[in-house]
Amino acid sequence: MTRKQRRLTLIGTGLGVLGLAAALVLFALKDTIVFFNSPSDLVDKHVGPGTRVRLGGLVEQGSVTRGENLNVRFQVTDGNRAVAVVYQGILPDLFREGQGVIAEGALEPGGIFKADTVLAKHDEKYMPKEVADALKKQGHWKDDYGQKASIPSGKSQ
Amino acid sequence: MIAELGHYALVLALGLALVQSVVPIIGVRARDAVLMGVAEPTALAQFGFVTFAFGALVACYVTSDFSVATVFENSHSAMPLVYKITSAWGNHEGSMLLWVLILAVFGSLVALFSGNLPDELRATVLAVQSWIMAAFLLFILLTSNPFARLAEAPFEGRDLNPVLQDPGLAIHPPLLYLGYVGFSISFSFAIAALLEGRIDAAWARWVRPWILAAWMFLTVGIAMGSYWAYYTLGWGGWWFWDPVENASLMPWLAGTALLHSALVMEKREALKVWTILLAILTFSLSLIGTFLVRSGVLSSVHAFASDPMRGIFILAILVVFIGGALALYAWRAPLLKQGGLFAPISREGALVLNNLFLTAACATVFVGTLYPLALEAVTGEKISVGAPFFDATFGPLLVLLLLAVPFGPLMSWKRGDLLAVSQRLLGAFAAAGFGILVTLAVQGRPALAALGIGLGLFVIAGAITDLVERTGLLRAPPATVVQRAVGLPRSAWGAALAHIGLGLTLLGIIGETQWGSERIVSLKPEQHVAIGNYDLTFEGTVTRDGPNYRELAATFAVQRGGEFIGMMQPSKRTFATRSTTTTEAALMMQGVSQLYLSLGDPGPDGSVTVRLYYKPLVLLIWLGAVVMMLGGAMSLSDRRLRVGAPKPGKRKSEMQPAE
Repeated sequence: MTRKQRRLTLIGTGLGVLGLAAALVLFALKDTIVFFNSPSDLVDKHVGPGTRVRLGGLVEQGSVTRGENLNVRFQVTDGNRAVAVVYQGILPDLFREGQGVIAEGALEPGGIFKADTVLAKHDEKYMPKEVADALKKQGHWKDDYGQKASIPSGKSQ
Repeated sequence: MIAELGHYALVLALGLALVQSVVPIIGVRARDAVLMGVAEPTALAQFGFVTFAFGALVACYVTSDFSVATVFENSHSAMPLVYKITSAWGNHEGSMLLWVLILAVFGSLVALFSGNLPDELRATVLAVQSWIMAAFLLFILLTSNPFARLAEAPFEGRDLNPVLQDPGLAIHPPLLYLGYVGFSISFSFAIAALLEGRIDAAWARWVRPWILAAWMFLTVGIAMGSYWAYYTLGWGGWWFWDPVENASLMPWLAGTALLHSALVMEKREALKVWTILLAILTFSLSLIGTFLVRSGVLSSVHAFASDPMRGIFILAILVVFIGGALALYAWRAPLLKQGGLFAPISREGALVLNNLFLTAACATVFVGTLYPLALEAVTGEKISVGAPFFDATFGPLLVLLLLAVPFGPLMSWKRGDLLAVSQRLLGAFAAAGFGILVTLAVQGRPALAALGIGLGLFVIAGAITDLVERTGLLRAPPATVVQRAVGLPRSAWGAALAHIGLGLTLLGIIGETQWGSERIVSLKPEQHVAIGNYDLTFEGTVTRDGPNYRELAATFAVQRGGEFIGMMQPSKRTFATRSTTTTEAALMMQGVSQLYLSLGDPGPDGSVTVRLYYKPLVLLIWLGAVVMMLGGAMSLSDRRLRVGAPKPGKRKSEMQPAE
């Protein structure tokens, strides 16, 4: 092999691996990302049944009902609209009525959101950023949420 | 008083850092040995002052001095002593001080152990190291002073976030930072090489021990963090592809690539320009990791808080250091002379392939971590990029890399023979095939899992093949084998061990993800539940008081094949000070597999909900990382890699077979 051929092989392999990585990334970005929506977004954007999304908002006061076999049903609201969510399993320690929550799953044909993951943060003062933004957008941001979020003022790891 | 002294010590350290940033550089320009020599005492003195400051902070926590703001926010007088100490760095300010302390440790180590470096190089390296030091000391003093006092001292503190009240906090952050910050040294060496416009194999020999040490700490630090999240979050997961985790994985991937490319540079003087770039990128990724975690721009399962001012400050540090380093690189790198040539099929070629895959994998993690941020900034659309993305991108690249791993060490330098190497790997291929068949016979589907087991065995057997070949285990008489094994460079043992560790981790990942089982049930006392081959009886709950919490524990008797093998007691702790509940999972080791129990909500009728997991081979994930670290330690103890250049008189004995 000449010097030039060696260099070309090296460059070719490099471009090949980078090309493969780029192809994988583009392919995966099309299929695997999940959009974040507030209950209003779900309606406004006409998110259809079966599309995987993250639904974020507040757990509506008095809406949590527990059924047999660890089935839970609750409403997620952003102040304007509310969506009914069903979930089977153990809820996170910090899942409470009136607190921020993110549920990942998809709408069922009947308009009920079936979640397979429910996230609540590990700090009771913490409001998920997406939820806070969604509430602000809907004009339902209350100052005490802001305070809740700012009390740790950078001190809670 | 002690807090003020600590604060003052930090200011003094900053002053010294500024001196050390400038004077040695002037010394290098003026060829003045005295000015160049300033760097060492200042580095040691900085270490002294920062250590004093850190000690002062710990003292404030231990004495529960709630007039100090961070102590008030993060400590409580009822906490056990060990958590009082660890809570010193369980918050933003303290953890930045820990970061700087470790930076000072490395700075003083360079000053102490670089006696055989050329004076100019040593002075420049220490000066660059001090630029980083000065930037972060300024950051602490201006935006994150851990010693700030409150006007009125509260009577009691707010307590440490209960999730952090765990021995993991004592181990994980220091190890992780030792890794992150350790890469600052290769960065400083790279900048110094660019400034001098000269670089050779000796440079690689000096810098490689530091890369190895940082890599070891980062490896085990990430593994510890993963294990901590695994047992403390109660979801049984050990890796969430969370931005904060990715932030530590990226420097690890780049650092692993750097480790291998520095090898080529040391042995063959090739890949100089690339190695310099990797050294810059690795530390840049450490800085980006610090930025992502500390600025709060990303929301993550690990709750971190945000403060825009800090974010902007760290962003400025990022821009100056990464931008400056890359600009310097673009300007000076063409001056560096190219090194030895090699055929594509050769040890160098294999190491280049390793670098390509590692950096490509690192790039996919980078895209997955930062794409949501970029998209939100551009379109306002919020998305989450989770495990499916990384499985589809990082996964395939890593599989290709793992397939190539056993070939590399068996190739000869300069020009290799793929066919001959494949023949020598016949044993490894056989082990892999045997593993695949046995797995299919015992576990059945999925076939992909069996292939994964095969791949893990291939990597392990490949590493063993390398050792067998070099010691002549199957050919030479036993006495010769022993002699060769003793004579084999420790770095060869280290490389093989590290690759074995990699294979072990892969086996653990396959076992846990493919054959793990999960059940969520609600149980009344005396009821049974079965998982895997185990049968658990719920015996009831007890309530007890800890030092600063109340605990509800459920007792389970575990049977296997009708035989009692032990008790498990998962619990829920309620911390009144923060009105927070944490879940304490119960773990039972069965070889390298684990039973994992985590408690849900108790019902009114004495029943409990409980999450049960059976996790086959799960311990191998972390044991593999520990083996990798041991491999690194083995290499580090190699005589040829002792910090600094070898003695001239010993040069001859070093013409050993290349590793």
